[in-house]
Order: sequence, then structure tokens, then C-alpha cells
Amino acid sequence: MSPPYQTMDAMEILELYFVENRARLLDIASFLDRIDRYEGAETARADFRYTAFQNAVDLLKSGAAGRTAAIQTIFSDPTTEPLESAVGLKAFGAWKGETR
Amino acid sequence: MKAIDPHIHMVSRTTDDYLQLAIAGIHTVAEPAFWAGFDRTSADSFRDYFQTLTVTEPARAARFGIKHFCWIGMNAKEAENLAMTEDVLALMPEFLDAPTALGIGEIGLNKNSRNEIKTLELQLDLAVRRNEMILIHTPHLEDKLKGTRIIMEMILSEPRIDPARVLIDHAEEHTIKEIKDNGFWFGLTLYPHSKGSPERAIDVVELYGTERLCINSSADWSVSDPLSILKCANEMRRRGHSEAAVAKVFYDNPKSFLSQCPKFQAG
Ligand SMILES: [Zn+2]
Repeated sequence: MSPPYQTMDAMEILELYFVENRARLLDIASFLDRIDRYEGAETARADFRYTAFQNAVDLLKSGAAGRTAAIQTIFSDPTTEPLESAVGLKAFGAWKGETR
Repeated sequence: MKAIDPHIHMVSRTTDDYLQLAIAGIHTVAEPAFWAGFDRTSADSFRDYFQTLTVTEPARAARFGIKHFCWIGMNAKEAENLAMTEDVLALMPEFLDAPTALGIGEIGLNKNSRNEIKTLELQLDLAVRRNEMILIHTPHLEDKLKGTRIIMEMILSEPRIDPARVLIDHAEEHTIKEIKDNGFWFGLTLYPHSKGSPERAIDVVELYGTERLCINSSADWSVSDPLSILKCANEMRRRGHSEAAVAKVFYDNPKSFLSQCPKFQAG
């Protein structure tokens, strides 16, 4: 059942958003190619952010519902204990996997 | 259309931006106190900042027929310096008394550290003592989920704070359900590089409904767009939502939330 506001169907959503999302996909591919092309690619590919990114891409392909929230969770710190200090720390976009 | 931006940092914007807001239909803004893009070294620096928020900006806005309100608070990004935090907290009541100050904000967490938590605790206590409304800043990126949960637990453990008078801002897909289930308002931020897009924000509207939701630009000194809420409203319109639903999200909702402070008046 569609909510009452929905005047479009899924085919129209595909039509409306396809080209811009195709471009976003090419940006991602190009970003990964860029890493491969530059010196030190192996180190970059072993980085925790790259791993999280790959896991997110796998999730995209899974076809499961709620991909957006699931990808957000992949990048999140799952711990509950406060950090002793935030001095000199910044956010990276993915969790490094250790309690700092 | 008429819209309210409930979270925008006008101190960092040009006077020309006020003109753009005015001609676009954003005639009411609320500006939370936050990090200035650099760490301040003394409470005096905050005194000048709070003075700007309560005196300079309302006057600058008024020239364009815009009503400017503010929130006063000690942000989490500078909270590692506990000694300075205590000095800033001592200044806050004077500025909270200003006729355009709506409550304490944006306060919250940044990296989820012990001093940040202490600073938040002190400000929640001040909010209870003064019966102030609260605007919460949640951490960015990988720290958001953990920080949002810590913040909610702290607030919910204080029975004298009504979650309906608290807005938890910068919510994203993985934090919204918990925030709503706990009775808080939630904010979505349209920040081009690091936060949400208009498309994702309207997906949230479709998934979670229009209740207790405010959408903001958080436009500041970084890459941001003071007109982004109108672009988001347009995204909602092109999906086929009614004009009344669009107006609810971008005007009625911020008006309802902010009107819980008797000083607020929408333009
Ligand atoms: Zn802000």
C-alpha cells in the first residue's frame, strides 16, 4: 500500500533519479581507481576506512531493506565507554576499531 | 513559501546572505552558540560571542525584516578545557536572560570524552534550574551513534527535563528511530559534504512522518548553503507531497518547537 502522498510509482522514481545516481556511482569508481593508481595503494587499501567502504559497497549489493541505516552503522563506533580525553582527536568517517 | 531555519550560524555569514534569506521567504532564524572554527583561549572570547548572538545579529537581521533568535551554550568541541568551561558557564545566565535567547544550545558531545560529558552534565543542570529548553548537538560521522545514545541516557535520567522541550540535532538514518521513540524532537541537517542531502531528508520524512521533525541548514563558516531548506522543501514538493505537508515541515514544525519558549515569535 502506498502512503497517500505518493503520486509517483517506483518506475517514475527510477526515471527521476537515475542519471544523477549513475554519476555518483562513477564518482565512487573513479575514487577507487585513483587510490589504485597512486603510490602506496596497498597501504591505502589496508586502511580501516577502505575496509569499511568495501563493506558498505557489499551491503549496497545485498538487496536488503534499510541499506542507508545499515551503512551508517558499518561506519559507527559500536562501543559505549566514554573516551578518557578528546585532545587532538578528530572524526575520520569510519571507526578505527580500538578504544582510544 | 515562508520557512524558518531553526539552526543557522549567521555570525559566519555575510550581510548579503541576510538579503538572500529575506527575499527567499526565510524571515525567522535561530542561531545556536557553537565552535567558531578555532579554539578560543578564554571565557572573555565567549562573552563577546554571546554579545554578538544576542545584540549584533538580531540588529543585523532586523535591517532585512528577519527575526533572529539564539541559543546560548558551551559547545562540546571546546569542552576539553574544563577550567574555561566553568568560566563560560558562569557567564551564561546573563545572556540567557536576553529577550531573544531561547534556551541552552547547542550543547552535547563531539568525541564522547569524559570532559565533554561533564560539560554537558553541568549545562543540563543549569537547564533544569532555569527551566530552559535544550538544543542538542550530536557528534559527527563514526561518533554519532554512540554520542547520541550517551546524550539521551543522560537526559532521560533527569526526570525534570521534558523530552518534548529538547531537540536532538544532526540526526541521521541510524539514530532517528531511537530519538523519536524516546519522545525528543529531532533535527536533520543539510550540509553538502558531510551530512544529509535534500533527497535523504525527504526519504526520512516519508519513513518517519512529519511529527517532531525540524530541517535546518546549519550554514556556517564551512561549505554550506543558507538556502538549503528551501531546496529541500522543493524536493518534498516534487515527490508529490501536499503544500500543507511541506509547510508543516519547514514552517509549522520549527514554529511549534521554538514557541515552547514564550520569547519566540515567528516572522
Ligand atoms: Zn550548529
